[in-house]
Order: sequence, then C-alpha cells, then structure tokens
Amino acid sequence: MPMFSLRVNGKEQTADVDPNTPLLWVLRDSLGLVGTKFGCGMSLCGACTVLVDGEPIRACSTPVSGLAGKNITTIEGLAKSPTQLHPLQEAWIEHDVPQCGYCQAGQLMSASALLARTPQPTDADIDAAMAGNLCRCGTYQRIRAAIHTAAGKLAKGKA
Amino acid sequence: MNARLNPAAAADETLRELMREVELGGPALPMYAVKLDRRHFLKLTGLAGGGLALGFFVGSDAIAAAAKGSAEFSPNAFLRISSKGSILIYNKGPEIGQGIKTAFPLIIAEELDAKWSDVVVEQAPVNPAVYGRQSAGGSRSIPDSWDQLRKAGAVARAMLLSAAAAQWKVPVDELSTRDSAVWHGNRSLRYGALATKAASLPVPDAATVILKQRKDYRLLGKSYTGVDNRQVVTGAPLFGIDQQLPGLKFAVFEKCPATGGKVRTANLDEVKKLPGVRDAFVVEGNGKPTEVMAGVAIVADSTWAAFEARKQLRVEWDESSASKDSWTALTKRAAELSKQPAGETTTLSVGAVADALKGAAKTVEGFYTYPFVSHAPLEPQNCTAWNHDGILEFWSPTQTADRALTTLAGALGVPVEKIKINQTRVGGGFGRRLMNDYACEAGAIAQRFPGPVKLVWTREQDMAHDFYRPGGFHSLAGGVDATGKLVAWRNHFISFTTDGKNPVSGGNLPDQEFPAQNVPNYLLSQTLLPLTTPCGPWRAPRSCSVAWVIQSFLHELSAAAHRDHRDFLLEVMGEPRLLPGGLNTGRAADVIRLATEKAGWGRKLPAGHGLGLAFHFSHAGHIAEVAEVSVDQNKRVRVHRVVVASDIGPIINMSGANNQCEGAVIDGFSTMLGLEITMENGRVDQSNFHQYPILRMADQPRVEVHFIQSDNPPTGVGEPALPPVAPAICNAIYAAIGHRVRTLPLTKEGFSV
Repeated sequence: MPMFSLRVNGKEQTADVDPNTPLLWVLRDSLGLVGTKFGCGMSLCGACTVLVDGEPIRACSTPVSGLAGKNITTIEGLAKSPTQLHPLQEAWIEHDVPQCGYCQAGQLMSASALLARTPQPTDADIDAAMAGNLCRCGTYQRIRAAIHTAAGKLAKGKA
Repeated sequence: MNARLNPAAAADETLRELMREVELGGPALPMYAVKLDRRHFLKLTGLAGGGLALGFFVGSDAIAAAAKGSAEFSPNAFLRISSKGSILIYNKGPEIGQGIKTAFPLIIAEELDAKWSDVVVEQAPVNPAVYGRQSAGGSRSIPDSWDQLRKAGAVARAMLLSAAAAQWKVPVDELSTRDSAVWHGNRSLRYGALATKAASLPVPDAATVILKQRKDYRLLGKSYTGVDNRQVVTGAPLFGIDQQLPGLKFAVFEKCPATGGKVRTANLDEVKKLPGVRDAFVVEGNGKPTEVMAGVAIVADSTWAAFEARKQLRVEWDESSASKDSWTALTKRAAELSKQPAGETTTLSVGAVADALKGAAKTVEGFYTYPFVSHAPLEPQNCTAWNHDGILEFWSPTQTADRALTTLAGALGVPVEKIKINQTRVGGGFGRRLMNDYACEAGAIAQRFPGPVKLVWTREQDMAHDFYRPGGFHSLAGGVDATGKLVAWRNHFISFTTDGKNPVSGGNLPDQEFPAQNVPNYLLSQTLLPLTTPCGPWRAPRSCSVAWVIQSFLHELSAAAHRDHRDFLLEVMGEPRLLPGGLNTGRAADVIRLATEKAGWGRKLPAGHGLGLAFHFSHAGHIAEVAEVSVDQNKRVRVHRVVVASDIGPIINMSGANNQCEGAVIDGFSTMLGLEITMENGRVDQSNFHQYPILRMADQPRVEVHFIQSDNPPTGVGEPALPPVAPAICNAIYAAIGHRVRTLPLTKEGFSV
C-alpha cells in the first residue's frame, strides 16, 4: 500500500494505508490520535470534525489521498501547549459543558473554525456554524454559552 | 406464539431480572448478594510510600479476609491519602455522562472534609465484592451509594482525627476538620502529615461514625466542573472506542438484520483475501440477544479495512425463527383493538368505571400511539477484548460493569475469576449499555483470534441491533363531574410480549402508576401483541412514554371541564400524602406550584403561543415542567422555553444536576418531535441519523431549572426530568392552537420545527 505523508498538528506524519481510507481512521488507527471520534460515518453527526487548512471538515468522509500538503488540526492540536488551552477549551471547562463528552471534540473544532472567521458571533451565527454537530446528551445550551464566553476572552486578549 | 422459538424472549427474561436489580437498587448477583448491614471497612496496609488507604467491603468476612491477605498494595480502595498530601478517590460507578465520576467523590470528600482541589479522581477497578454496586441505571447511583460513600469519607476522617489527637495529646472532641486538615484552635495538621499515623490505627466501626448534618456541608450543593472535562476537551483517550494496545486488531461482527437469523453460508474465503483482513469466521452464538447472536466476524488491520471487508461479505441467513415483525401490521391491529373498551386482562379495577363514565357530566375518549425508539448513543457499541495469560480481559464502555462479569463468564464459558473488565468512560448510555451484548461478541471473537481485538459496530449496526424503547397504544376514556372534578379513568393499554405472558421490557404499566390512586373509579386492562424485536430500558423506562399519554389525557379532561390545568392537576393530587409506589402528592404539588410560578402561568400570550404543564413522578424524583411554544399556520413549532421544577432531595453537584435536567429536556423534545423506529419483515427501517434526526442546536428550547432541595434522601436525576417534557409541549400546542396531539412523533401529525 502507498505511504501517505500528512501534516497533523504541525507535525509530519506518514501512514501506510489504502488511498480511499478516510482521514478519521488514519488518525485513530494509524496515528493513535483517538480524540477525533467516529459517530456515523456519513458526515451526519460531526463527531469527527477536524480542520483542514482552517476549514472544518468531516474526517469520516474525507479520503486521505486528497490531503497531501494540507495542514490538519485535530482536537489534540487545538491547545497551543499542554499548559495553555484554547479559550474554547477553557470555556468548556468553566461552563461544565460535557455530559458523556463524546461529541465535544467535534463541537470544539467547529467552534474554533467559527471564532477564527467570526470572532464575535451572534446566537444565529453559532447555530449556523454548529448545525452539523449533534449532541445526543443535549448540551447545546452550554455549548452556545461557552462559545460566547470564549469569544469574550479572545476579544479581551486582543484589546 | 411459541416463546421458546422467540429469541427476544430470552432477552426479556434477562432484562426483567436486570430491571429488578436496577429499580430495587439491590444487585442480585450471588457474589455480593449479602445484607447491607454487613458492610465494613478494611484498612489496606503496606501502601507504598506510607499513607492511609481504606477499602470498603460489602461481603462476607471471608471475602474481606481474602482481600486483606493479598493486599500488599491494593487498589481496591475508595480512598488513598499519601503522606505528601494528595487525596486519591476512586470512582466505583460507570461514568456515562450522568456526572457520577464527579458526584461520588464529592460525597466522600464532603465527609472527609477534604479540600476539593486536593482531590484526584480515578476510575476504580471492577470488583463488586469490594465496591458493591458498580452499575449506572434507574437513576439509582446516588440513592444506593449515598450512605456507603458518606461512611467511607467519615471513617477516614475519624481516623485522621484520632491520629491528630494522639500527636497533640489532646482529646478528639477538641478537634475539628476542614480543608484537608485537622484543626486545634489555630494550629493545624494536614491530612498528608497524619496519613501514615492514621494508617496504624484501628478502623472504627462504620456504623458508629458520625455523619455530617446537611447544614454543615461545605462542598455538596455547589457547582463543580466534571473531573474528566480537561481530558474530554483535549481529546485524551477516555472512551471504550479509544482503547489502544500493542498489536491491536480491529473487528466487525455482522448479524442477521432480522433478530434471530442464523448463518447458513457466508463467502468467508473471499472475505479473507480482501486487503488488510486477518481472519473471518462464523460465530454460532448462544441465541440470546443480550449475549451473542449468530453472525460473522471479520478481523482486520484497521477499522476501515474491517468496515470495507464487511461490504463484500455475503451471508445467506436462515430466517426460519427470525423476527417477522411489522410496525404497519402492529399499528393496524392496535387500532382495531382500541375500539374494545377493555383488553384481554384486567390489571387493576377500582370503583365502578362504567357507571362513573355514564354518570359523568363530561366524558372524553382518546387513542394515543407512540413509536419504538432507539438509544443511539453517539459512541457506537464497541469493546476491546484480549485473551491472554489465562484471562479474558475487556475494555468496555458498559453501564453494568458488575453484571458484565457474570454475563461474560456465562456467555463465554469462562470462570468469572478469569474475566477482567476495565471500565472506560461511556459515550452515552441512555439504558443501551445496561446490556453487554457487544462485550460478549468481542469476547467470542477474542476466544478465536490471537491478540487484542477491538470490535466496533457501524452506526447502521447500532441502529439495527438495539433493545428498543417499545412503542405502545392507549385507548382511553375519562370523565369529570358537574364541578369539573376527575371521577373516572379507563385505559385499555395495548403493548407487546415476547413470551406470551409478560409485557416486554419498558412496555408494562404497573398498578400504582398515576393516576390509579388519585381517581375514585379506575380501570386498567391490557392486551399484549406478540413481538420478536428486542426491547429494553430507555432513559426513564415506561415513564418516558406513558407520562406523555397520562399527562396529555389529563389535560384533555381539564380542557373539557373548562378548568385551569394547574388547579385541576393540584386537585387530582389531593391532600399531601405518600402513596404506595413512592409518589408524594405534597412534593408533587410543590413542584407544580414552583414550575407554574416561574413560568408565569396564566399570563396573557400572543396568538399562536401557549403554555403547557405536566408532572411526572419517576425514579424517586418529583418533577413538573412548563413549556412555552408557538405554532404557525404551517404547523411549525417553536419551543421557546421549558421551565423545570424538580424535587430530588439535596443536590450533590448543582452544575451536574442542572446539566442532566437541561439534557433530559432536549432529549425528550428531540425524541417526541421526530424520532421513531419502524420495522418491516423484522428489519428496522432506519439506518443512520438522516432517518433518525436527533435535534440540532438551532431548535433547542431555552431550559430553566429550579430545585426544591427538600430534606428527603437525595436521588439521581439522569432520568426523571425527561418524562414530563413531551406532555408539557403537547399541552402547550393545544393551548396555542387547539390541536390535540395523540400520535408521536409530532412529525406524524404534520408538525415540524
């Protein structure tokens, strides 16, 4: 099988997989990055959301063959460092967002793409950006509040 | 219907046993079926680096003695205080999103008088002989473990106090504790400094230790973020599906789409040649849906290789004893039966319903239908198993770690002491993972394949092989007298059976269910239709469906009597009293008053808007909810706000309790709005989230939660906030547009969001 080179969280990685293999399984099974979750396999639930060149994509339906030379960011790479969490991650902890927690990596990646594009989102912006991410436990109210809190922190940080 | 030929009958027997355990709160497993008064603590000696460790034993002296003899350094403790001052608390129960991994340690820390920031929490090993109940179901975790965990903390505190008294040479009653230290006036000794000394002292009798008064609580009742949250938000490997082991291989397991089908032939030779495939073989199984059904296992180098190989798998199924269930046929039959005022068997008869209906000033009839639904936790069923060194080891996201030991041992023919289960975090339970079928399958594969294997179900398999919340039908008649008082209630309940005798799991209606004890003339009868589709407990089993029927029909009656529904509901509750079954009408009235007050009951609303009220008692929780909705001309529904008023006794973690109520409202709305499982020829029609549309963020209502923290014993809140949601919303829809919803999901009656 061909070797694929991928840049994941700023690090060059290689995987020996079939070209059609979705990024999700390369991350999880080949690279041991299991923070990105499998939920549906059909881009319906958003649990596998990662960023490719800053854009949120569903890793369960994105073949690895098209990702050469692109920057892939997963939940493991969202924080600047282990001691410096992303403001969204801090806000998630502050609002005690997770219940089972399984969807939250995908939620955070979608939210991070939103804030990169729209630093001060309205509720409607949030609803639109997060529409692809299911939470079976129903933590939506807290997700929305945490995104607002993180947006506030980012604005303060820049001021 | 020959019950012996029905594979689901075996499942129902297992599930009835399981639900008895869950609902009675006392696990009936022989290994720890002992009287609770035989509880005692055991000090574990020889702790590396010194310090105090306490084991808590529920079991015979022999079990405790055996554990002591082998416990040079035993992890089988609730609590370890190192001489350096760190306080490690083990969480014994499965964390399924209900927040128990935070709540349980908080209870211990409260009685210990530990500073929460000093506490580190780890998941306990699975050993019910040491820990007692290790399952999450029936919202029973808190009530069943409340005393046990408080005593675990209090015993340790007593020993630390004794150690300090000895060191300072002062009487114990001059000492106090707070913030992980013992205090004598202004001087203090940190628990860490006392740990080694405390470890040398005798363990006091747990029955004699003094537990704190509620007014003295420093930790309980405040808000805490979940102890795993940092790991959750950084993507750390926590869940069952995240397990990694050297040399791990990946498996899929294909079963007949109709429950009960067996493998006749399969193209195993072709499948074995596919890229990345290591092996493919038939597993005969034992015919129990809760354990191992017949199927084909494929083991591969990656999950994707296994999934791809599954697409090439061709199985010819022997469906001679497989499910032929048809939802279309079942609903047709139920509609015919609904015309009969009474069913095959009379469950409960109080007063004289026929006469009361005849004499009523107003009568109402209604036929209510709700569908089967699936649990659909976001983490698909999975389990990692490894047959090594004479043991069968599992990493399993299970809700019933304790029961899994005996289930796995029985299903796989392995002595229970050769089974080891590692509890992982669980990516959603909702009742689905009370069953351990996926773990049994993983074990069966691991018995055939050398090396560790991770079994992962596809979403489609997860939806096709669930233990569904059963659908059901209620043909109702009720009457009110000239003063508008409820005088008669008749229900012909049409449900399902797999064995020809008993209702399916979650498809029963007990004698004590409201309003049996609140109306002078009551008649409940039932007809059971044969079914093969496996059913099981789904978040607030039974309550999650019947509360909608009962609380909606009650509103039909108050509307017919032109009564204010709040007044009507309070009148039905009557004088404050405790009824058999646990409903306390006084607590019910209190939450009904609180919910209506907070929601602004009775205020003027714009056209097309309505408020709806419902109450339900389940899982020891008294909960009333008021929904505010608007409905437009195209039957588009907007649920603006849901107010929850809850009495579950004192709150352990306020943030966790709020989160559970918020989630229960979203889950309840999501389910009643657009979710249904249908089946034809024994096959479930829905396969993935496009056909099973879980609610998305934009459609969520604002949820507002209020607690009455009564002095009743605390109980769990994973379930009881769900049942009132659907009737509150339907009653609000009626208030808004005068349309009575009698069929769920709402989409069946043309509603959308």
